[in-house]
Amino acid sequence: MTDLPWLTILVLVPLVGAVATALAPSSLSRNLGLATSGLALLVGVLVATQYQLDGGMQLTETHAWIEALGVHWALGVDGLGLLMVLLTVVLVPLVILASWREADEPGNGGVKGFVAWALALEAMSLAVFTATDVFLFYVVFEATLIPAYFLIGGFGREGRGRAATKFLIYQLAGGLVMLASVIGLYVVSADQGAPTFLLSELAALEIDPVTQRWLFLGFFIAFAIKAPMFPVHTWLADTTEKATTGTSVLLVCVLDKIGTFGMLRFCLGLLPDASQWATPVVVALALVSIVYGALVAIGQDDLLRLIGLTSLSHFGFIVLGIFVFSSQGAAGSILYMVNHGIGTAALFLVAGFLVRRTGTASISAMGGVEKAAPVLAGILLVAALAACGLPGLSPFVSEMLVLIAAFNHAWWVGVIAVTAIVLAAVYALWAYQRTMTGPPRPEVEAIADLDAREVGTLAPLVLGLVLFGFFPMPLLDVINPHVTDTLSHVGVTDEPPVVTTEPAAVEGGHQ
Amino acid sequence: MTEFVKPDVAYFELWPLLVVFGVACLGVVVEAFAPRSARYITQALLTLAGLVAAMAGVVMIGLRFAGDGAAEDGLVHGDGAAYGLLSIGGTIVVDGPTLFLWGLLLVFGFLGALLFAERHLDGGVSAFAGQAAALPGTDAEREASTRGLDHTEVYPLLMFALFGMMLFPAANDLLTMFVALEILSLPLYLLCGLARRRRLLSQEAALKYFLLGAFSSGFFLYGAALVYGFAGSMEFGAINEAVRNDAANSGMLLVGIGLLSVGLLFKVGAAPFQAWTPDVYQGAPTPVTAFMAAGTKVAAFGAMLRLFYVAFGADRWSWQPMMWVIAVLTMLVGAVLAITQTDVKRLLAYSSVAHTGFILTGLLGVQATADLAVGEISSLQAVLFYLATYGFSTLGAFAVVSLVRDSGGEATALTRWAGLGKESPVVAGVFAFFLLAMAGIPLTSGFVGKLAVFSVALAAGAWPVVVFAVLASIVAAFLYIRVIKAMYFDEPVGDGPTVAYPSVLTATTIAIGAAATLMLGVLPGPLLDLAAVAGEFIR
Repeated sequence: MTDLPWLTILVLVPLVGAVATALAPSSLSRNLGLATSGLALLVGVLVATQYQLDGGMQLTETHAWIEALGVHWALGVDGLGLLMVLLTVVLVPLVILASWREADEPGNGGVKGFVAWALALEAMSLAVFTATDVFLFYVVFEATLIPAYFLIGGFGREGRGRAATKFLIYQLAGGLVMLASVIGLYVVSADQGAPTFLLSELAALEIDPVTQRWLFLGFFIAFAIKAPMFPVHTWLADTTEKATTGTSVLLVCVLDKIGTFGMLRFCLGLLPDASQWATPVVVALALVSIVYGALVAIGQDDLLRLIGLTSLSHFGFIVLGIFVFSSQGAAGSILYMVNHGIGTAALFLVAGFLVRRTGTASISAMGGVEKAAPVLAGILLVAALAACGLPGLSPFVSEMLVLIAAFNHAWWVGVIAVTAIVLAAVYALWAYQRTMTGPPRPEVEAIADLDAREVGTLAPLVLGLVLFGFFPMPLLDVINPHVTDTLSHVGVTDEPPVVTTEPAAVEGGHQ
Repeated sequence: MTEFVKPDVAYFELWPLLVVFGVACLGVVVEAFAPRSARYITQALLTLAGLVAAMAGVVMIGLRFAGDGAAEDGLVHGDGAAYGLLSIGGTIVVDGPTLFLWGLLLVFGFLGALLFAERHLDGGVSAFAGQAAALPGTDAEREASTRGLDHTEVYPLLMFALFGMMLFPAANDLLTMFVALEILSLPLYLLCGLARRRRLLSQEAALKYFLLGAFSSGFFLYGAALVYGFAGSMEFGAINEAVRNDAANSGMLLVGIGLLSVGLLFKVGAAPFQAWTPDVYQGAPTPVTAFMAAGTKVAAFGAMLRLFYVAFGADRWSWQPMMWVIAVLTMLVGAVLAITQTDVKRLLAYSSVAHTGFILTGLLGVQATADLAVGEISSLQAVLFYLATYGFSTLGAFAVVSLVRDSGGEATALTRWAGLGKESPVVAGVFAFFLLAMAGIPLTSGFVGKLAVFSVALAAGAWPVVVFAVLASIVAAFLYIRVIKAMYFDEPVGDGPTVAYPSVLTATTIAIGAAATLMLGVLPGPLLDLAAVAGEFIR
């Protein structure tokens, strides 16, 4: 069982599905998409069952790919990678289910294109999260952009072509800057006598501090655009406004995670000295992102723009947690990446269902929806409360950990970050009040509530929010060994956080 | 007065060169004696057969170099780092890089010849003028066009140009190199003026190319004279000796290097000598543009590599700073000016200028062999690989351009391309793929090429050039995406473009271009290895 190249299978399943969908008649597209992404989910779960909780790269595969350049097809998962893989394989079937009829509506590019590109994006994202060769990582990192570009440009609202171009330019610019650093790593390894792109070999290199800083800059700019962070976030709101909400989920909840994933794996993992050197600036940018994102979100009238901008604030938290260099911060960040994925996906999807019913995303044009569609309103409320960090819902735990770490880092950092909780309550609840409560407007009186398919799509996400809100231990079990590994590499040691009781659970399991 | 010694000609090793030249001459004879109706098919078949025969020769020579007997025959130099021999009194050198470049040129020549022979796109006639001597807009021109005349001289001209291109990187002294430069240029000047449609534009392009080209040849010749004055020899090996040992008169050497560079940089279209590129690429018949864009670049960069690595390799601290400036300038000029273009052919022309800059980035990444780690990519390898990737995607892209037409011939205005993705998804998809390759997106050949040249430049310490190269790539990416957006997401203007169905000839070119672009992106290993096996230049 374990001899199978599980991770290659994981990447190939959606890729083959994408090609099959593109070739098959479009009447089969939905079922093919659902079946393939379901199969990928199954493979993802099987990968998770074989994962040992003691950390390190697992299920590794290494095959020579381009020998002339020292490039390998090398895959592996660690705790961080595993969670991102699981998040991806869970979200993609939900997105396909949620976009069941949308892509066929007039003006959109057709369901066949949507499903095929979505599966291609899933395959590329899974490859990104499992790649352990920097060249391979870069290849799939850039390759994700093509499906994303066609998803944004082909489906959604008026003006999406421009949004797609803006998205692609930003991402390509970041990618090319990173290319310089990727090549830089190769050259450094060549100068030390063994040219390679393998992560394991690169991590063992001694890179002098000045070089590290330049390389760090290249990686960090790319990941900051991806995540996104202030001041390179401006593509985000335009994209989420114009794209379909299904696309937005794939972009914000899966693709953007590559940014923070990359910071952990490449900036901290390969360039620890430079990461510590850059901490003050990065922390400052993260704080600006947190507060600025929340403030701008309050001022939005477009519901989908608003959700996009809340993510700016949330990504600020994640980056803050990573760059305060403590185990609470790092564990909180990784947990946040998962929780943000679940919470924001729920928010986007339910908002998408709402926008399709009312025909507008303008907050001021809605009102009193909860009378006509109570279930929709209820789920929106849960998702909105999750976004502002209500205890009992999963983002609370991660936000708490990051905030504690921020206070430990420097009291003023914590103070600034904490204001975002107040601001989050304002944007989330105020938006809810304006759209859902009050007397129903005539145009929303007749809208239907969520049907079974839509509820079925949202149920796993809401369930996840509540479950991990009360019981984050399974996630932390996976996260903590990874955090210890990463931080010891950076040169920081402290006790991993134990949120619930029973520290024995950490060691429990497979030896 | 030394006695004349009959030069020794290595017929086997020079076979590809001789075949191409022979077929070109034969083509002239066919043109003179064959009846008009039989010329097209005779010329086309003769050309293609000649190219295949030459290619077979290249493969056989390669096998002989790599074979067991090579060492006994004195074909191996420098502990197996280089293979080959000098011939015709040391004027022509056939070594690994020469063979690699010959192979590329023959493949690109073959694909170009297929485009030349295409007669389906324009109602049963080729893309070339019915009668070049007939003035545009006269009765003579109308008569030539109603009789469906065709210029079949284009095939021998193509072969002559190809002969010059193959001789260019194989030249081992400055005079042979100059002769090769002229042999490749003159037929191209002529070919540029032979378009069937928009003839004034085409003739203007030819004249512009000829005037500037002749001017730049003058620079080259003057540079050759000065270097001869410095070294006392035209031969690269002797120049190398002189550069190593002779510190006197280095001023003359520097000016000589500069003037030689002008001539070569003009041919590759590097800034500030790029001004002819857009006009010529736009005005020339598209098959000629395709062949010229790919072939000239390969040949001229091959010659540049040999000149700078072999003759001036020991003095690279003098020319590398100059190349830094030129490379940065070329990339920025190409990328920035491309943004403002509204014509697809001009846009591709400026993009080719930007690519010249990227190739120069690889060229200036030369390091001493001792500085390279085992298994690290060398600059020669990187440049050779980049030339291959660039040639295939450029040929393919121009071939696609020739398919998109309206009533006035090819519709090259960018606005006419809006909505092509709906009209013809396959053509738009293939073109988008070529553009992505030029932008250097992973899983296309352009990415691996870019990675290779950037690596060698960075390894040689040219990080400022790489920084500018990255910036230029970002700018260039914007313009390629603009075209993709126009094709897929913009509404068509008026009737929208129509896509002409090509015959198997153009279709083959596009298919091979696309397949090579994909293969070299996904599995670049074999070609990179081949470029490594080609070894170094011999001197």
